[in-house]
Amino acid sequence: MTEKTLVLTDVVKRYPNGALAVDRVNVDVNAGELVVFVGPSGCGKSTLLRMVAGLETVTDGSIELAGRVVNDLEPAERDIAMVFQNYALYPHMSVRKNLSYGLKNRGLPADEINRRVEEAAEILEIGAFLDRKPSQLSGGQRQRVAMGRAIVRHPAIFLFDEPLSNLDARLRNRMRVEIRKLQRRLNTAMIYVTHDQVEAMTLADRIVVLNGGRVEQIGSPAEVYGDPASTFVASFIGAPPMNLIEVGIEAGRAMRDGVALPLPPSHDGALPAKAIWGLRPERARVGDDGNGIPFTIDVVEELGASRLLHGRIGGAEFTLQQDASAPPPSQATTLLIDPRDVHLFDAETGKAL
Amino acid sequence: MKRDRLRDHIVLILGAILMMGPIIVAFTTSTFDPVEIHREGMKLGWGGNFLETYKEVLFQKGGFSGEVTGALMTMNSLILGIGFAVGKIVVSMLAAYAIVYFRFPLGSFFFWVIFSTLLLPLEVRILPSYEVVQQLGLLNTYTGLILPLIASATGTFYFRQFFRSVPDELLEAARIDGAGPLRFFIDFLVPLSRTMIAAIFIIMFVVGWNQYLWPILITTDEHYFTLVRGIKQVLQTYIGANIPDYNEALAMAILAMLPPGLVVIVFQRMFIKGLVESEK
Ligand SMILES: Nc1ncnc2c1ncn2[C@@H]1O[C@H](COP(=O)(O)OP(=O)(O)O)[C@@H](O)[C@H]1O
Ligand SMILES: [Mg+2]
Repeated sequence: MTEKTLVLTDVVKRYPNGALAVDRVNVDVNAGELVVFVGPSGCGKSTLLRMVAGLETVTDGSIELAGRVVNDLEPAERDIAMVFQNYALYPHMSVRKNLSYGLKNRGLPADEINRRVEEAAEILEIGAFLDRKPSQLSGGQRQRVAMGRAIVRHPAIFLFDEPLSNLDARLRNRMRVEIRKLQRRLNTAMIYVTHDQVEAMTLADRIVVLNGGRVEQIGSPAEVYGDPASTFVASFIGAPPMNLIEVGIEAGRAMRDGVALPLPPSHDGALPAKAIWGLRPERARVGDDGNGIPFTIDVVEELGASRLLHGRIGGAEFTLQQDASAPPPSQATTLLIDPRDVHLFDAETGKAL
Repeated sequence: MKRDRLRDHIVLILGAILMMGPIIVAFTTSTFDPVEIHREGMKLGWGGNFLETYKEVLFQKGGFSGEVTGALMTMNSLILGIGFAVGKIVVSMLAAYAIVYFRFPLGSFFFWVIFSTLLLPLEVRILPSYEVVQQLGLLNTYTGLILPLIASATGTFYFRQFFRSVPDELLEAARIDGAGPLRFFIDFLVPLSRTMIAAIFIIMFVVGWNQYLWPILITTDEHYFTLVRGIKQVLQTYIGANIPDYNEALAMAILAMLPPGLVVIVFQRMFIKGLVESEK
């Protein structure tokens, strides 16, 4: 069994105004693991993270960090370090003071503080502007300083709340890779909050998908992508999202507007009369000899490396992603689908069948 | 473009002359002999009595006790101006800090109570204030002169607005860095309010310096007299057969204007910064 850095047990957050922001969440973070909380805006990611940080009170449940329950501890006593979306650098202090302020308050000796600041400055390559004020830095540099302030604390866990959302797209991609490298190098557990599923997929050891304050699914990026636990996860993770089609199950076949769709092989048994049939856009192929499922194309999007074909199967919308090198098909064509790629979800609850 | 600049400058120069005129005339007149002033009225030009007059005003002992000099009155004015301004800043910062950062019962009610005192300037409550000061035995003390004046609804309001504009994340980051309420105030709010403090200091210093009614009530002992009062004193003391010392009264008026002027000049850059931008 791996050592657990953080254990959240039945954590609930109800704001004073009655809003239930987090509803009985159970999540573990292993030592050295990077866990991403992902979900749409307002799903409670920040609230959950801020409870771990100690910035919000815990309504119910327990938060155990490095072996002790920290529910009632002040943020400074929790051995965490946080990076805020807007960085929250101290505007009146130099970069060096920004990094050292917390250490000074902890009563660390001056030479130890210096050592840690220099170390962080070297890792993050911010040594050249240690004596500048935050207002004299670019967005990317501020981002690094914010991370530096977290690193010098040598915390048990890093808490990052959408740290890249204030950067432009190119810088965001670069910093994403850097954060991953940094986390590997320090080998410290991290919770990273984002609404961006690409960030979640590329960064995470494990993804926690949140929806409406509840955990929808926890798993590795491959699991969450390849085996989504619900239609919510299926449509939230992956771009373009999974095709989801309401079907009726008749005599072991999925029927939509008179078109038969393949069922996954493990599911010929007891199925409800109605279900939601799902397939990733890149999992279908254009049939070459007129075999397969009829597919009418409405719009073609060229993305460079790949091509999106938006169209319909029966009356249902369907998007196919194909390699740009493949010959563009005619407007009315057919699709070949491997039954093993098909997902089925309950029509009412949206849970995977 | 160029013509506009020229026109702007002409307007500015005319405005400056208009504003400065009386002060300049007062200054030049103060360098003349009182007899000449009495005979010929206000004078432009250099009277040549500058050093004598100003030395006399600053160091000549006068008053009933024969111990009061201009320098002493300047001191008293400084104590009042600085005490008034610093006191107001300290009290209003603390009040605003409590209102913005601490959730206490009826917090916003108290804010509005403080705010509504704007409707009750000193003049309205001067009798009860005097009564309180008198009963506390604070007549003829600096404390009695300053303390009753330093509660400031305006200052509290400005600091409240400023504190509310400080992002919450800053407080949260500071909390994670182990800054308690006192540390946060001293290490964050005070330095962040620098320009704001400077702006309020200027305004309040000038207001305090120019206090007239309150000092007249509270201090009867000449040793606590301020410059602003002293001007009148000069003219009064010598009334009788003698010609009033117009030159000294004018010199004292000039002296009384110098410190507030200096404060404005020294702090004006921070003052403007405090008004237009907020460093966040
Ligand atoms: N201080 C608060 N008081 C009341 N409700 C809040 C507060 N903060 C957040 N909420 C609500 O809690 C829910 C979750 O918010 P949040 O955790 O910020 O979401 P996310 O970070 O996933 O976008 C939202 O519905 C939000 O409106
Ligand atoms: Mg958020």
